[in-house]
Amino acid sequence: MIPLSHYLVLAALLFCLSVAGIFINRKNLIVLLMCIELMLLAVNINFVAFAHFHHDLAGQIFVFFILAVAAAESAIGLAILVVLFRNRRSINVDDIGVLKG
Amino acid sequence: MELGIFYALAALVLFAGTMVITVQNPVHAVLFLVLAFFGTAGLWLLLEAEFLAIALVLVYVGAVMVLFLFVVMMLDINLVPLREGFARYLPFGAAVALALASVMGFILGPRYFGLAQFPPPAPLPADHSNTTELGRLLYTYYLYPFEVAAVILLVAIIAAIALTQRARRQTKAGRPEWQVGVRRQDRVRLLSLPAEKPAKEGGA
Repeated sequence: MIPLSHYLVLAALLFCLSVAGIFINRKNLIVLLMCIELMLLAVNINFVAFAHFHHDLAGQIFVFFILAVAAAESAIGLAILVVLFRNRRSINVDDIGVLKG
Repeated sequence: MELGIFYALAALVLFAGTMVITVQNPVHAVLFLVLAFFGTAGLWLLLEAEFLAIALVLVYVGAVMVLFLFVVMMLDINLVPLREGFARYLPFGAAVALALASVMGFILGPRYFGLAQFPPPAPLPADHSNTTELGRLLYTYYLYPFEVAAVILLVAIIAAIALTQRARRQTKAGRPEWQVGVRRQDRVRLLSLPAEKPAKEGGA
């Protein structure tokens, strides 16, 4: 049998990978969005693993809601990205400082 | 056997995640993210979450990742300035990730979450339907959050369309401010016409 710690460590490694991805790809907005998706995936693995080991479906319901909200988030994020690219011809994070006070 | 499948899928997911954050081409990154989602769906099948595994493939691979691919391919991105600083931040990012992973591994390792603390649950009977159970919970106990999620998705649709719609109007529509501001003189012309036509010469 697979112990719970295997799943938790896998999810933790995936989360750390995406944190590192945010650090090293700090210019590219698309890769930043993809790293956020990876983070949510790691969290979802934790939820499903605990739901399995506790025989409690509430964890899976929560994953369902996370999937819905993440889909909405990425849709709006990509829409903002498209508008940004139309206006500034770039998706470099350094070019988005126009709102700074 | 089960452990072997787990290790294969976990290696696949970690490999795909590493490639997502390191490949140069964003299109390849999206495709590796798809690979990571497929591996995770397999892991969730191991965890007896069949509905969520299928939903992950359908919703994420089928919709969200295709949206990512559309956007990445539609935008004509100059990749060179986006890659600068990659080598500079690589040691820093690796150090942060290693520190985080060591702390998390220490906490989440077999010491506190091993088989002794969390014994493997009894396998569900063969006629157990994960989808039925989820649906029963979702439409009774979690009905209100479910509807809130639907509203969130609706808001996301409207926001995405409103954000990306071009300023140029594609349809013919009236301008309400012109319609309100119109005056009588612009629309109505009064003519004074004689009440009778003069009879034609030699007419019948």
